[in-house]
Amino acid sequence: MARISASVYTSHVPAIGAALDLGKSREPYWQKVFAGYEFSQQWFSQNTPDVIFLVYNDHANAFSLEMIPTFAIGCAAEFMPADEGWGPRPVPRVIGHPELAAHIAHSVIQDDFDLTIVNKMDVDHGLTVPLSLLCGQPPVDKFAWPCPVIPFAVNVVQYPVPSGRRCYNLGKAIRKAVESYDAPLNVQIWGTGGMSHQLQGPRAGLINREFDQAFLDRLIADPAGLAAMPHIDYVREAGSEGIELVMWLIARGAMNDADLKVMHRFYHVPASNTAVGHLILENPS
Amino acid sequence: MALDKPYKDIPGTTIFDAEQSRKGYHLNQFCMSLMKADNRARFRADERAYLDEWPMTEEQKLAVLTRDLNRCIAAGGNIYFLAKIGATDGKSFQQMAGSMTGMSEEAYRDMMIAGGRSIEGNRYLGESK
Repeated sequence: MARISASVYTSHVPAIGAALDLGKSREPYWQKVFAGYEFSQQWFSQNTPDVIFLVYNDHANAFSLEMIPTFAIGCAAEFMPADEGWGPRPVPRVIGHPELAAHIAHSVIQDDFDLTIVNKMDVDHGLTVPLSLLCGQPPVDKFAWPCPVIPFAVNVVQYPVPSGRRCYNLGKAIRKAVESYDAPLNVQIWGTGGMSHQLQGPRAGLINREFDQAFLDRLIADPAGLAAMPHIDYVREAGSEGIELVMWLIARGAMNDADLKVMHRFYHVPASNTAVGHLILENPS
Repeated sequence: MALDKPYKDIPGTTIFDAEQSRKGYHLNQFCMSLMKADNRARFRADERAYLDEWPMTEEQKLAVLTRDLNRCIAAGGNIYFLAKIGATDGKSFQQMAGSMTGMSEEAYRDMMIAGGRSIEGNRYLGESK
């Protein structure tokens, strides 16, 4: 009865959040980034779902090395923006959807995916920057995000991260879970992180446009083939931190191939150390 | 039988795998402790004393004291944790990343604006450019 109507893919660079929060979005450097999201903000306000299932990774903010869950589903009623060392971002707390989250957890675990249930976690820029990019800065007199969000945090900090194949199949299991939920909710699934970047070592600053554009092409047209790409290809070609792109396969796996409409595609270098990529795909019917 | 680690031949890159995580556990947890304001204040007041509270190796402590991020990574540090040291020092992520490349801050920033570091010659160790 619930259905997935669209998926959104976007980088979640912390410097984008900082630019928004410090009022720098009109600077020429940042204008080039935000220009790619003007259509998206319009599209999102006209197509606001009942809930966003938001796939992202924590960056040593909510999780330390004490516990490293591979797939963590946020089942709480609310989640606070994390203090990442500069105070929490001045954005609204995230309201969850405990009923749908519990339903998805049950169904997906039953389908042999080992999720970690989380009932308390802060959410860092990996989650809040995509919300800011698509929703804009909420007004002071209505300081809330437009809809509830189920945070789904994937370990991409310690290698090996889940494979592309695992992520793609997880997406299918999430779709099945949403479709068996007994209320007519309009759900979007978002995949965030990437695109090519490397934040460490002498090879820091790596950007690979060809890889990124091919990734966008294949994500749309051949996700099953893309899901077979091994980790070594991501890290060698797109940077050690480019491995984040596997998370986009979770969102793509939840889409119906037969009815796919590309609403928007955007790519720009740089935002700080990172190549910014962005896609909106709809399942219209 | 050894694990397959094909990423060992990527130039200028250390993948934070289970082995690195094991080596760097206390180093990374020390970094995590800097997320609290009073810990940052205590660390700034006497870095050596603060570090000596942790079961880190001497090599890891020296890497932190000299702010040599490449050395920290070789000793098991992960960039997202090491970034907390940078935040304590008031450095941006771009400054931290650039500091590992041997380039000046300006040169690194200009390289990013010009499209980033090219993949050509940077895929395999020993590749001729």
